[in-house]
Amino acid sequence: MSSSERAAALPQWTRATSTWRDALLVTWAVARRDRFALAGLVIYGVLLVVALAAPVVAPYNPQDLNYRPDGEVAADEVPSLPHWLGTTNLGRDIFSQVLFGARAALVVGFVAAFGVVVLGTLVGLFAGYYSGWVDTLLMRLADVAFGIPFLPMAIVLVAFLGPSIWNTVLVMILLLWRDTGRVIRAQVLSLRTRSYVEAARVLGASHLRTMFVHIAPNVLPLSFLYGSLAVGWAILTEATISFLGFGDPNVISWGFMLQDAYNSQAMARHAFYWFVPPGLCIMLAVMAGFFIGRGYEELLFPRLRRR
Amino acid sequence: MSLLEIDTLAVQYHTLHGAVQAVRGVTLSIERGRAVGLVGESGCGKTTLARALIGVLPRNAAIAGGRVRFDGADLLQLSGDALNDYRWRRIAMIPQAAMDSLDPVYRVGDQLVETMRLRGGLTSPQARERAERLFALVGLAPGRLRLYPHELSGGMKQRVVIAMALALEPQLVIADEPVTALDVIVQHQVLRTLRELQETLQLSLLLITHDISVVADLCDDVVVMYAGRIVEAGSVREVFAAPHHPYTMGLRNAFPSLRARSARLVPIEGYPPDLASPPAGCAFAPRCPFAIERCWHDDPALLPTTGGRLAACHRAAEADALRTQAPQAFARLEATGPQSVRSGAPPAGGTL
Amino acid sequence: MNHLLEVTDLRKEYPLQSGLLGAVMGSRRVVHAVNGVSFVLDEGGSLGLAGESGCGKTTTAKLILKLLHPTAGSIRFAGRDVAGLDGSDLLSYRRQAQFIFQNPYEALNPRFTILRSLLEPLIIHEIGRSIAERVERVAGALDRVHLNPPETFFLKYPHQLSGGQLQRVVIARALLVDPVLLVADEPVSMLDVSIRAGVLNLMRDLSRERKLTTLYISHDLALIRYMCSVTAVMYLGTICEIGPTEEVIEHPRHPYTQALVSAVPDPDPTRPRRPVEIADTVPTPFQLPAGCPFADRCPQVMEVCRHLRPLLLPVDGGVRVACHLYPGSTPRAAEGDGAKLEPN
Ligand SMILES: Nc1ncnc2c1ncn2[C@@H]1O[C@H](COP(=O)(O)OP(=O)(O)OP(=O)(O)O)[C@@H](O)[C@H]1O
Ligand SMILES: Nc1ncnc2c1ncn2[C@@H]1O[C@H](COP(=O)(O)OP(=O)(O)O)[C@@H](O)[C@H]1O
Ligand code: SF4
Ligand code: SF4
Ligand SMILES: [Mg+2]
Ligand SMILES: [Mg+2]
Repeated sequence: MSSSERAAALPQWTRATSTWRDALLVTWAVARRDRFALAGLVIYGVLLVVALAAPVVAPYNPQDLNYRPDGEVAADEVPSLPHWLGTTNLGRDIFSQVLFGARAALVVGFVAAFGVVVLGTLVGLFAGYYSGWVDTLLMRLADVAFGIPFLPMAIVLVAFLGPSIWNTVLVMILLLWRDTGRVIRAQVLSLRTRSYVEAARVLGASHLRTMFVHIAPNVLPLSFLYGSLAVGWAILTEATISFLGFGDPNVISWGFMLQDAYNSQAMARHAFYWFVPPGLCIMLAVMAGFFIGRGYEELLFPRLRRR
Repeated sequence: MSLLEIDTLAVQYHTLHGAVQAVRGVTLSIERGRAVGLVGESGCGKTTLARALIGVLPRNAAIAGGRVRFDGADLLQLSGDALNDYRWRRIAMIPQAAMDSLDPVYRVGDQLVETMRLRGGLTSPQARERAERLFALVGLAPGRLRLYPHELSGGMKQRVVIAMALALEPQLVIADEPVTALDVIVQHQVLRTLRELQETLQLSLLLITHDISVVADLCDDVVVMYAGRIVEAGSVREVFAAPHHPYTMGLRNAFPSLRARSARLVPIEGYPPDLASPPAGCAFAPRCPFAIERCWHDDPALLPTTGGRLAACHRAAEADALRTQAPQAFARLEATGPQSVRSGAPPAGGTL
Repeated sequence: MNHLLEVTDLRKEYPLQSGLLGAVMGSRRVVHAVNGVSFVLDEGGSLGLAGESGCGKTTTAKLILKLLHPTAGSIRFAGRDVAGLDGSDLLSYRRQAQFIFQNPYEALNPRFTILRSLLEPLIIHEIGRSIAERVERVAGALDRVHLNPPETFFLKYPHQLSGGQLQRVVIARALLVDPVLLVADEPVSMLDVSIRAGVLNLMRDLSRERKLTTLYISHDLALIRYMCSVTAVMYLGTICEIGPTEEVIEHPRHPYTQALVSAVPDPDPTRPRRPVEIADTVPTPFQLPAGCPFADRCPQVMEVCRHLRPLLLPVDGGVRVACHLYPGSTPRAAEGDGAKLEPN
């Protein structure tokens, strides 16, 4: 190949060199090999579409009171053609609430998971790479985070910071980075002594470059594993917090719906159409996270599969 | 009659990517009281062959054909107790990396005794007494029986493993890379112990190694393996003095000697074929400077050449002439690359 | 002649993870991995460092490449102390001294394509103005290590190449920055014998062509004989014999070198050998004997060896030996010259 031919092929070569593209390819590989992971991805896909399209497809504003033709508030209606899943005791459309709940779940799940991954990976990278006092400090912090009982602390913090969805997300990031951080640190400790990391040093790469260009791409799949697990955790936690009444009153989430249903004795009245759909949605979203996590795990630690 | 006679033995591994033909028709015999060295590159099937002989293949492996006769009995037809009577008792194996598989939580003496009780049905006192004798035999003080593996050096651990192999007084010992992880000096001493034992106990020894110097040093006969086949066999002196197969000729120029000032070394360019899809012709053809048209589609059989030796090469009759050309011929390949590249085949070969 | 590399009394201790007892007793045990190594390497020269595993060869190499910090001693490169280098000086040292790793299967980032791995040194040292120019350089480097045609390797990942090809890529990467000093730590020990010669020849030819100074580390004396003009034999963290390769191998003077040379198997079964008897107890570098490190295994050990450590001093033939059998190397402690006694 002459140099001009090489110049022409350049874009193709450089594109194939992106490590991030690599990480995405891994995700795809996971989905292709593992039916559960594929199911997880599909659930997330549907969730995303629903969340984006909620304002368009939802028949009503989920916060609006609905009225019967006779002018009465349409409270406690059973499923019917105008209200597919009936209405709440205040006359709000349950189906629309379920659709809008997807937005809350998605925001909480993904923002929290993203935060967890970023924070946990950074902590793990620095602790593992620098060892010494940096490591000691960060790992003591992780120990502290591990010592905190997760749910009570989350409730206390949200109560203290004020019931907003962003506070819920923040609290979850602050409490959930520890697992990711520890696992990434252990991985970095073992990668640090690999010849190719030493080779980067010999070639003159700075510490930051070594960390972010040479080590990070090799722990990213692990970060993603913990990230996909964190999505499920975060959605579940948000639901729990909302169900216990510490959630953001201005945001319709599935947890909030459950609390609403519980407070108005929906269970006692066997109003399944009210509490089953949000419950099912929570379950599906949490499961999707774990399915994807499982697929990753098998890809990263293939030994698990053989057993 | 030879002690061990292997006839066109074939072993396959079943993998996700199809069957890997690790051993492709090996024919080989070992005489009583002889030390035979089996040499070949990594992945050519040495360990697979050894494990097939003693019936400890992994679960995804299957014997695809051939026969193994030991002392007249057909080993591949045996099973259960009858096979166990041969395995460990009459044929013992020192597995690759055996010294790392000593159990760290038990004293080495206890492990030795346990082996004899389980495999040989000895009583404890009998086994203890024999353990002391075995230790003396392999050059370890009896006091070392009470030590744990981590308290022994690599050379001592290897001696323990040899003692285990000898425990049931086998007729044939198969040693798979017994000294590879050891230092030169220790390696030399362990090998010498092995050889002395082989001679005094009148054992047959099949020594597997990738280092032809070790074979030259220690063995009576040598068997050269390439891509799942035997390509050359004969007495060490004759084979090393005048190889009949181009691969063996190549090996001789491929690494330096400490005791002679080496001329420029000549590598054997290229790499062995992928055993998942072995070539139709001679497996060595892509790396062979003497390949002729016939070699590419006609697989040479292992046939007698001169002096009771065996070689699998279409041009074995011309061996003497080829040998003199070998250094230059292989060097030319070094400059131009192996033939598969020249003929346009993918150089990286897809897999390794 | 210029000394390119000057290593003086180099030492490296690793802390030994002591058990609970050690922690309670407050004892601080260390591994003396490198224990007073000194040598010089001239520009364009080739030095072979031989010795058993664990004798400190790799540690010495990593100290020279500033992958580790020495406990004591100095390394001077082109007259400058390597320990004091930082910033742009360190970067320029990194450009001049390169390393070939023992395990080619681990020396390349598994998530990088070969092209990406080879672009890395060019990016770090800002060599080449455009990406196109850098790719040209990479193609040239692959060509020089006989990986042809280069483009076929660009988008391969390390696991798609054989060991010999990987080691060539590693060599190509080192050459991309135009180094002066090349340190190779057992560069062929993980490769199959049939292809070792190819890598060795490549290294030999390249270092001759480019007048590279090479430090070649191997436990295999035969390879060192093939590759190097000067040989140093290490034992327990120190050099026990150093001199012209032919001298050291043909007429080994130190009892350890004699044992080592005689233990190497030979591919020629007809060549006679006289093995030297020594114990096969491999010593541990955390309880160093007070006198000669080899005393426990030495067949010629004398009383003086047990408490006086021999110095590496010149004997005949341009060789330096650390052994009391050679009068030159006995420190003149008896004559009151205590300063020459090496501390342990
Ligand atoms: N359990 C297994 N499943 C599938 N393939 C295998 C298995 N074990 C070995 N192989 C393949 O079979 C071939 C022969 O392997 P074997 O271990 O017998 O080689 P060897 O000559 O002993 O090599 P080495 O010198 O590295 O020990 C190789 O191609 C190897 O990859
Ligand atoms: N990171 C480390 N921590 C503790 N001990 C080490 C470390 N690296 C090497 N050592 C010890 O230092 C000694 C010398 O090791 P090394 O330089 O790797 O030897 P060689 O390369 O000659 O085989 C050995 O005893 C080894 O166990
Ligand atoms: S049969 Fe042909 S290709 Fe095979 S070794 Fe002989 S000459 Fe070479
Ligand atoms: S100094 Fe003494 S113990 Fe050391 S090598 Fe020389 S003779 Fe042997
Ligand atoms: Mg093997
Ligand atoms: Mg080493």
